[in-house]
Amino acid sequence: MTNSKKNLLNYVFNIFQIKQQTYMKKGILFLFLMVGVLSINVIAQQNAGLELPAGFKANLFAENIGSTRHITISASGVVFAKLNYPNKEGNTIVRLEDVNKDGVAEKISGWGKFGGTGIYLKGNSLYASSNEAIFKYDLNSKDEVINPLAPVTIVSGLLDRRQHNSKSITFDKANNIYVNIGAYSNACQVEDRKAGSQGKVPCDILDSAGGIWKFDASKQNQTYKDGKRYATGLRNVVGLDWNTQANQLFVAQHGRDQLNSFYPNLYNDAQNAELPAETFYAINEGDNAGWPYIYYDPSVHKKIVSPEYGGDGKKEGSSEFINPVVAFPAHMAPMAVLFYTGNQFPEKYKNGAFITFHGSWNRAPLPQEGFFVAFVPFKNGKATGEWEIFANGFAGVIDGVKVTNTSKAKARPCGLAQGPDGSIYVSDDTKGAIFKISYSK
Amino acid sequence: MYKIVICFSIAMTMGVSKLNAQNLINGKKIFETRCLVCHQADGGGVPNMNPPLDGSTGVNGKDIARMVKIVTNGLDERVALDGMYYNNAMTANPDLKADAIADVLSYIRNSWSNKAGLVTVAQVNAALLKNKSKKK
Repeated sequence: MTNSKKNLLNYVFNIFQIKQQTYMKKGILFLFLMVGVLSINVIAQQNAGLELPAGFKANLFAENIGSTRHITISASGVVFAKLNYPNKEGNTIVRLEDVNKDGVAEKISGWGKFGGTGIYLKGNSLYASSNEAIFKYDLNSKDEVINPLAPVTIVSGLLDRRQHNSKSITFDKANNIYVNIGAYSNACQVEDRKAGSQGKVPCDILDSAGGIWKFDASKQNQTYKDGKRYATGLRNVVGLDWNTQANQLFVAQHGRDQLNSFYPNLYNDAQNAELPAETFYAINEGDNAGWPYIYYDPSVHKKIVSPEYGGDGKKEGSSEFINPVVAFPAHMAPMAVLFYTGNQFPEKYKNGAFITFHGSWNRAPLPQEGFFVAFVPFKNGKATGEWEIFANGFAGVIDGVKVTNTSKAKARPCGLAQGPDGSIYVSDDTKGAIFKISYSK
Repeated sequence: MYKIVICFSIAMTMGVSKLNAQNLINGKKIFETRCLVCHQADGGGVPNMNPPLDGSTGVNGKDIARMVKIVTNGLDERVALDGMYYNNAMTANPDLKADAIADVLSYIRNSWSNKAGLVTVAQVNAALLKNKSKKK
């Protein structure tokens, strides 16, 4: 055999060996992948597709009940859900009961013709809001509504000019309702969302919107003049809750949009994706959070003057405006706040805040963020300033890739409520799923 | 003679398709700088806020005048589209010229799953004239 022939044989043999090894490696890799995919699928099915901290599990309490905004739960565990639009049965309030206590609602009924966001159960009174009014229903001892066709009007005539029209509600320890009246504007420009249009001085929207109003829940047929503007300078608050430990209102604001669209000389796409922070505030009566005059820049922890009011992206705003207790990444849209008072979850969660994030749109052209439930630890009624993702994966996965297009998200977290056993429930307002999240050691 | 006709037709076809391709490229640029942020890269819009362009009966429909009007003047009303409602205000684009409007509409009507007719500058001019006279 000549050298060249030997070389050729060696060469062929080597290739054969390498190929064999590669096939084996590929085979092993493939096996690992299969096991991985299978186990991910199993985990996904076990937890209704959600990623949770160790020891937590999730299941679907309900599915496809309609565009479920906020939810509230009775002492016996009956869930009431407020829908944004009538569902296929034509109802906008849905009652869900888990009769056999398997964690899934079997007995589902509904009523109501008004779309909206807010719902809150206090004693035997079920309060629900449209986009301009708050109504009260009465429950019997079985947590069934006595007067589905004739609710009592508590407040009406609140401004609904389409943008930011959710009238979210919560209660203090007394019998006062706190309702968000969102600003019907992005940044209080003379012409809304128009490049070059200046901010109005003063911003007259704040007289009747862009804040939290307080009403006495025991009085009927109230309107603006009967209430009190409790806090102002809040562009749009969909999530709010009363912290019973601190005896204080906490609200999560949706920050302004489109800094780069209208001020491309000051902000590029990447900067807009991170500005401004979604802010979480501890509110005292009379507080002003500064919208539309300022926004909060989380990278420098400062209130910055809005460009519509002469800001250049750096100029600091007035110190009369309050600072947030937590600054979240921009545009993720906080939808509900729940202070956890249950005993089921580990100690660190006690009296801390869960916040749902709907998922952004204004981070485009960069990928969207959010679509999760965050947890904010509290110590002695004060936020520590930290936060973490608690439950993720609501948006789902298409072809192995996490969904980041807002309209393709399988579910978008919205409402939050705590069950009598200390589990928490998270609603989705796309198709209307309700996830139940529980903990066991 | 036939050869000339055929050559001419090919040249015409090529010319037209070349023109369309350039228009769609221009349209894409305009979409990315002005429309994408709200209507999203996938044309899917944002539920309850910004209506989708992909699969929209409005976008794929025949009312070119309305589409031109929305692009030019923006839209500040509740939009009911394909069984859903959308509440956000749309920014006006008064500085867009007729050819740019034609390009961006042509792009939108032929992107994602959309397969509607291209929009010509003549159609846009007619629509602008119609919208103007309506205003008076």
